[in-house]
Amino acid sequence: MCTLEKRGRVFLLTLTGDDDHRLGPDLIAALRSALSTARKEALSDPGGAALVTAAQGRFFSNGFDLQWAKAAGSPSAAQARLESMVSLFAPVVADLLTLPMPTIAAITGHAAAAGFALAMSHDHVLMRGDRAVLYMSEMDLGLPFPDYFITLMKGKIVDPRTLRDVALGAMKIGGKEAKERGIVDKLYAGPEETLEAALKLGEELAGRGWVGSVYAETRKAAFPELCKAVGVADEKLTAASKL
Amino acid sequence: MCTLEKRGRVFLLTLTGDDDHRLGPDLIAALRSALSTARKEALSDPGGAALVTAAQGRFFSNGFDLQWAKAAGSPSAAQARLESMVSLFAPVVADLLTLPMPTIAAITGHAAAAGFALAMSHDHVLMRGDRAVLYMSEMDLGLPFPDYFMTLMKAKIVDPRTLRDVALGAMKIGGKEAKERGIVDKLYAGPEETLEAALKLGEELAGRGWVGSVYAETRKAAFPELCKAVGVADEKLTAASKL
Repeated sequence: MCTLEKRGRVFLLTLTGDDDHRLGPDLIAALRSALSTARKEALSDPGGAALVTAAQGRFFSNGFDLQWAKAAGSPSAAQARLESMVSLFAPVVADLLTLPMPTIAAITGHAAAAGFALAMSHDHVLMRGDRAVLYMSEMDLGLPFPDYFITLMKGKIVDPRTLRDVALGAMKIGGKEAKERGIVDKLYAGPEETLEAALKLGEELAGRGWVGSVYAETRKAAFPELCKAVGVADEKLTAASKL
Repeated sequence: MCTLEKRGRVFLLTLTGDDDHRLGPDLIAALRSALSTARKEALSDPGGAALVTAAQGRFFSNGFDLQWAKAAGSPSAAQARLESMVSLFAPVVADLLTLPMPTIAAITGHAAAAGFALAMSHDHVLMRGDRAVLYMSEMDLGLPFPDYFMTLMKAKIVDPRTLRDVALGAMKIGGKEAKERGIVDKLYAGPEETLEAALKLGEELAGRGWVGSVYAETRKAAFPELCKAVGVADEKLTAASKL
């Protein structure tokens, strides 16, 4: 499902396998476990750290496991399974929002729906410029967005026209357009280059030696509505300092 | 510490001396006094006015007086002094938010932390393009931001990637990048040119003959979260009119 390794000061979280890394309950649980490990290790180590999330194969992630939902048998049971994934995924966003280190998504393949949301939940988003597409598919599937998806999109996509195209327009956005519209930070030739750049950026950011808890608190303060939407509590740090 | 002079219709507030204009209790008090004088004079004079804030030397302001804080003797006493400056500076932001005239920051030197916040609290921000740097140093110092600093940054820097780089990334931003990213309005060759342009802009804006109280109310309405964060009360003007 996913692996967590340490490369220097960078935690590399990889969605494994050649499939489309559907965010069903098992993968969600695996992600949470990996993020929890990264958190604990970072908090017990005073040096800086960073997280890079990447994926094997042609897909970053194609979103929730709708096949698993439909396999429930009845429309209402399918709806219940979908709602369970929506509920299970919010804590992943919360984990990334509160992770005590800079986070970098290396979009090494297509990212759709919850997969696009996963990428967007990172501080930095690097993308292959050649063949991947970002796509909020919900409007095409006749699905309303979970509230916290809208809050996330509004937190990260502030241009109203881009938000309209992404959320209302189910636009399929290639790397170049994603960069032009401010949805991703930088483009790279292909998946290997994207991952390499992400690890390099991670090492740079980790090298700044920021205090992880202060970084997390500052990120939370920058996204108050998203914190609320995914259930992140509002306990303030006092000026823990290097004074 | 600072001087207030009138140049035509423009109040020129200058942070004086060749030092880095640290925002300790004394300078903060001097700023408040000068802003109070400008406010009173403008309200008693029906013509338009404007404020330009500039600084002598290589620094606009390097932020709170951390040396003064550390000189307190113990970590907890240092913390108390830092918190006192945080508390004392919020009313400066409130004064600028409610000032009954357009405000212009002439960034004639480096502006860091609270100094950067001081500049950002103005309606217009002009900057020398050659040698000054804007820098939110807090993450590098392991300091969380005061709540109202984050509110101010979120109000003035709406691009999430730029906010990330400024607040989470402690990026040192030169004039060209500040202009490209929408943090400042315009760049000028050096400090004299910046001040000259600020005074000229001030005279233009003052020449519009706007009603000061209406200007202030409109600015407050444009920044409701910031008003709340710095304790500005919400008393609405009825449509005082030129009808």
